[in-house]
Amino acid sequence: MLCIVAAMIGHTLLGLLEAGPSHGYDLKRAFDDRFGRSRPLAYGQVYATLSRLLKNGLVQVDGVEHGEGPERKRYAITAEGLTDVEQWLGRPEKPEPYLQSTLYTKVVIALLTGRGAADLLDTQRAEHLRLMRELTDRKTHGDLADQLICDHALFHLEADLRWLELTEARLDRLAAEVAG
Amino acid sequence: MTAPLLTASGLRKAYGPTTALDGADFRISAGEVVAVMGPSGSGKSTLLHCLAGIVPPDAGELRYRERDVAGMSDSERSALRRAEFGFVFQFGQLVPELSCLENVALPLRLNGLRRRAANEVARMWLDRLEVGEIADKQPGTVSGGQGQRVAVARALAPEPRVLFADEPTGALDSLNSERVMQLLVHAARETGSAVVLVTHDARVAAYSDREVVVRDGRTRDRLGWAA
Repeated sequence: MLCIVAAMIGHTLLGLLEAGPSHGYDLKRAFDDRFGRSRPLAYGQVYATLSRLLKNGLVQVDGVEHGEGPERKRYAITAEGLTDVEQWLGRPEKPEPYLQSTLYTKVVIALLTGRGAADLLDTQRAEHLRLMRELTDRKTHGDLADQLICDHALFHLEADLRWLELTEARLDRLAAEVAG
Repeated sequence: MTAPLLTASGLRKAYGPTTALDGADFRISAGEVVAVMGPSGSGKSTLLHCLAGIVPPDAGELRYRERDVAGMSDSERSALRRAEFGFVFQFGQLVPELSCLENVALPLRLNGLRRRAANEVARMWLDRLEVGEIADKQPGTVSGGQGQRVAVARALAPEPRVLFADEPTGALDSLNSERVMQLLVHAARETGSAVVLVTHDARVAAYSDREVVVRDGRTRDRLGWAA
């Protein structure tokens, strides 16, 4: 999972560099403005990613500024970097199968241990709706980027809720199967 | 917490051999938006119909501002609905022969407002719901989303104390649904109307302050299942 996140950050920084050469600091700000509202990039992540991209020939140092503080490198995307972005955008993401669901496991364990799972499902439903309210409020008062980010989360939470509802309707059958 | 506007406890309602409500509780305060959720056939629409005084419960207590609604006659409940409540349904149920403006003005005229004043208020509400440009069109010639905004304007124009909305976005696509909900909740909060929102759609329910779940005719809120 960490590798996937690191690769996505790399591709994103490359994509931002397509607009023109930039310093690490400005790249971090551009990333945070567009994608990192709830989880900004750490400086260490930015520089570690840029040095990896440099090593792989996907970016090059376009210039170095010497000032009072540490020297500032300006990075530019290379032709290989452009190809890499192009390929990344054209490649579909692997759909998440969600087959190892903690919720499903909890439901089965609750039934196996004779606790009943209806309360568990109800508590989870209330928690999902609480988060959906928060996201809806953020969406209502936010800009288009906020709306799209929140919608993505809201649709996934809604899918979870549908599963909770369906599982609730099938609890008796599941309890019989688990007991058998 | 402010005193509840509308309270129900132990509501029961059967249609022939079918029990629709089997001891449902409910309360809502002024300005609150409460979502009533539950699977199809769980009794949520029946709960709304009882709360709104459209059908009388067979048993249980139902009070609106300390008045006993369960004990009212049909005409008393009808007067209460007209004076205090507003309604939005899945399909706007606008009068097809009237223009959108006349549809919104209709309940105001029924409440005794003169034509010119009613039309002015209606126009203001159409603007508020961002459909001022279709004021003179007939409902059959506007889109589903526009029609539903007209229905919301008509329901809120008399500034009801309680707005009952039964799947208000059920016939709309995601974008229209979202905008109608934003406008509905915003306008209701501005007028201080409480909203009872029946929906099976979690994204619509997320516009509420809290939810009440109906299952097999019984309700559950954060306090647990009703007795």
